[in-house]
Amino acid sequence: MSLGIALVAVLILALAAAWLGYARGRRLRTVGRLHSLPVYHGAYAALWAAIPALLLLAAWAPIQSRMVDQAVLSSPEGRALPAFEMQRQSILSEAREIASGEREQGFNPQSSTLAPRIRDAQSRYAVMGGAVALLVAMIAAGLALRRSAPQFRARTGVERWLMIVLLAASLIAILTTLGILLSLMFESLRFFKLYPLGSFLFGTEWSPQTAIRADQAGSSGAFGQVPLLWGTFFIGGIIAMIVAVPLGLMSAIYLTQYAHPRVRAWLKPILEILAGVPTVVYGYFAALTVAPVVRDFGLWLGVTSASSESALAAGSVMGVMIIPFISSMADDSIAAVPQAMRDGSLAMGATKSETIRKVLLPAALPGVIGGVLLAVSRAIGETMIVVMAAGLAANLTANPFASVTTVTVQIVQLLTGDQEFDSAKTLAAFALGLALFLITLLLNLIALHVVRRYREQYE
Amino acid sequence: MSTAAPTRWTEAAMHKRVRRRYASERLFRLVGLAAVSISVLFLAFLLYTMAAKGLGGFVHYEAALPIDFTKSDLFLDPATLRGPDAQQNVAAADLEGAISKAAVTAYGPAAAEMFGDGAVSTLTKAIVGNPDMLNGRTTLWLPVGSKIDIAAKDEGDDKAELLVNAARSKHALRRTFNLPFLTSSDSTDPSSAGVWGALKGSFLTIIVTMLLAFPVGVLAAVYLEEFAPRNRWTDAIEVSINNLAAVPSIIFGLLGLAVFLNIMNLPRSAPLVGGLTLALMTMPVIVIAGRNAIKTVPPSIRDAALGVGASKMQVTFHHVLPLALPGIMTGTIIGLARALGETAPLLMIGMRAFIAAPPGGFTQPATVLPVQIFLWSDEVDRGFVEKTSAAIIVLLLFMLLMNGLAIYLRNRFERRW
Repeated sequence: MSLGIALVAVLILALAAAWLGYARGRRLRTVGRLHSLPVYHGAYAALWAAIPALLLLAAWAPIQSRMVDQAVLSSPEGRALPAFEMQRQSILSEAREIASGEREQGFNPQSSTLAPRIRDAQSRYAVMGGAVALLVAMIAAGLALRRSAPQFRARTGVERWLMIVLLAASLIAILTTLGILLSLMFESLRFFKLYPLGSFLFGTEWSPQTAIRADQAGSSGAFGQVPLLWGTFFIGGIIAMIVAVPLGLMSAIYLTQYAHPRVRAWLKPILEILAGVPTVVYGYFAALTVAPVVRDFGLWLGVTSASSESALAAGSVMGVMIIPFISSMADDSIAAVPQAMRDGSLAMGATKSETIRKVLLPAALPGVIGGVLLAVSRAIGETMIVVMAAGLAANLTANPFASVTTVTVQIVQLLTGDQEFDSAKTLAAFALGLALFLITLLLNLIALHVVRRYREQYE
Repeated sequence: MSTAAPTRWTEAAMHKRVRRRYASERLFRLVGLAAVSISVLFLAFLLYTMAAKGLGGFVHYEAALPIDFTKSDLFLDPATLRGPDAQQNVAAADLEGAISKAAVTAYGPAAAEMFGDGAVSTLTKAIVGNPDMLNGRTTLWLPVGSKIDIAAKDEGDDKAELLVNAARSKHALRRTFNLPFLTSSDSTDPSSAGVWGALKGSFLTIIVTMLLAFPVGVLAAVYLEEFAPRNRWTDAIEVSINNLAAVPSIIFGLLGLAVFLNIMNLPRSAPLVGGLTLALMTMPVIVIAGRNAIKTVPPSIRDAALGVGASKMQVTFHHVLPLALPGIMTGTIIGLARALGETAPLLMIGMRAFIAAPPGGFTQPATVLPVQIFLWSDEVDRGFVEKTSAAIIVLLLFMLLMNGLAIYLRNRFERRW
């Protein structure tokens, strides 16, 4: 918390520097013609005061927490802690919460005795870090203020800082991508140390129920991803697309080619609502309303194994969710077909539907296929509908009335139990996450490539 | 088409063929109309189902309960209930027992469990508000338990039906607006469970998301659209932004779990972590919307500003950005609405715990509305079916509000150049 005080102090200092710089700039105005407005002189001093010191504080925070931990563990109270890593960590985190005032008391009495130690160490290191940061801020502000002169290009300096901020903001996207890749790969590597990669990739059995103790029966668990991938593809790639592609495509055709503009102005936003409904609502609807109907339908057809958590229920609701997505992609690709092709076909005497089926659709096909690929990628990454409606049994079956499970369902299952973080079960979730990430990445890249090449053709 | 096909209008075959072609034209058109209608009907059915199941959650039944405090063994002294500790003192007393006893006296032995947690909290409030009632006999309207509530809404079991009929015949049952549903938090008893805690959690989470994703997204969009040189770095940024926009949301949850919780040791289940995770997810959406909005600002504006001597940075921040802002705001609100409805990434970072009190700050354990819906949908108790749908109605209303705001902003401020 005392780092927070340092933060506020730095900001106040920056404000003071801004005011000083501004006042100086105004005074200089009486001396001669300024290159930059007084405001820029103030902003220049403030930026120099704030940014290096804030960066320093941001770098200091993680170092401090590590040093606090070390100081606490080497104190007499800290050495009395149990040697077992997990127990020690849980007491430490309790003590941390007490020290920051989030809770009054821990479950473990040792955490209360540790709390004052933590508070001491924290304030000691925070004073150190804060003092250094303030010093840096003062020096930088002083140097910046000294440079103020009529011919000083304060605006250029400010703009250089702004440019750095802009670049940093756009680099966050790269950092996020890297963060995803690295964290997934790191945890997956740890998983593959416990479980062979080959059995993960090609194994056809998935039963992650590992026992708590190593000597119990069935302690190993099986992590073959094939049934999960099949279930994911079956629901998201086949059933959902069977629903979404015809409906989405025909909706797009009707809305762009046939509907009166006033009707379209009403229907298009209504379709868009389908995409805006939260997935948890679809999941609830699929589980509560659609699934029983599908099961009864299956039983009526004579499928005795019809489950109340069927692939068909989850897939069809997911398909409806995807309709507006396909529809707007198809809409774009049809609109991109040159008017001359349409006019040519109509002038030959073809009816509207013949023009659409034999000219517009073949011409727009690559765009539509790209859109469908993007939709598949979205469907297989979708979580809540399948978590709530598709079930947990990892079956390798093509029976739409049976229960299948998907990659996302298993990730949720593996990570929401009470498991320690290093077990094969939690690490398996990251391996599945990596697989999911790579598959969606591949689908997206192919789809974008297809769409872009097709656009170039007509431009 | 074979060369022998007759093309003279006097031929019957020609007429037949044209009729067939027109018929298929009409059919095609009908199929298109059917496709749109199916989607619209599905939406209507979805909304109707939620409304039919959920609107009942906004009302509940209260039964009149005469309580004789002089005969109950509450051991509460009105004198101790005037200080600041009144709430605690009342909570320590066995109000549940007193209610159960009074219910048995009033409605017979079957009524021992007629009232639930909701009644206890109502009674607590009543006693704290007027301690003097402890000296006598009063009749209070208390919310009935979940089973009775379901029976009063015509679908309960026989035992509960009997009680309901008994109470109805005495005119001791009334239907009121279920205010506690909007003001209380999660509970194991459906009659006293409410959405306020989850709503507050959602609110705090979205604030964090907005504070992070909006400035970063806008600045990144400005950089990419106005300043970025054409080189490999810029390409990498663009590819990663476009890709991030299509990454499944659950992957962001895994990232949050691995980075924010395990490496940075931020508190589990906290709105801060949820907001950070959702911010990473929303940022690309804002960047893409921002770039499109900036693109629509005509170059003549930039040229004019540059012509009178503004620097590139001044052109961007004094002229281009303010003109693009309505478009950026629209995209941002739509992105935030999506983040508001997001469930999966928040499950990953532990926001699925049972939390009975609304979060007090950004680092306190919290849950959000979509996760609350998910948790309630898993409950076995029948009373939660209605609560789940009612919570869905609340969530959909908020989504509608945000999207409506976005549409309003677009219509009100967007310029056509």
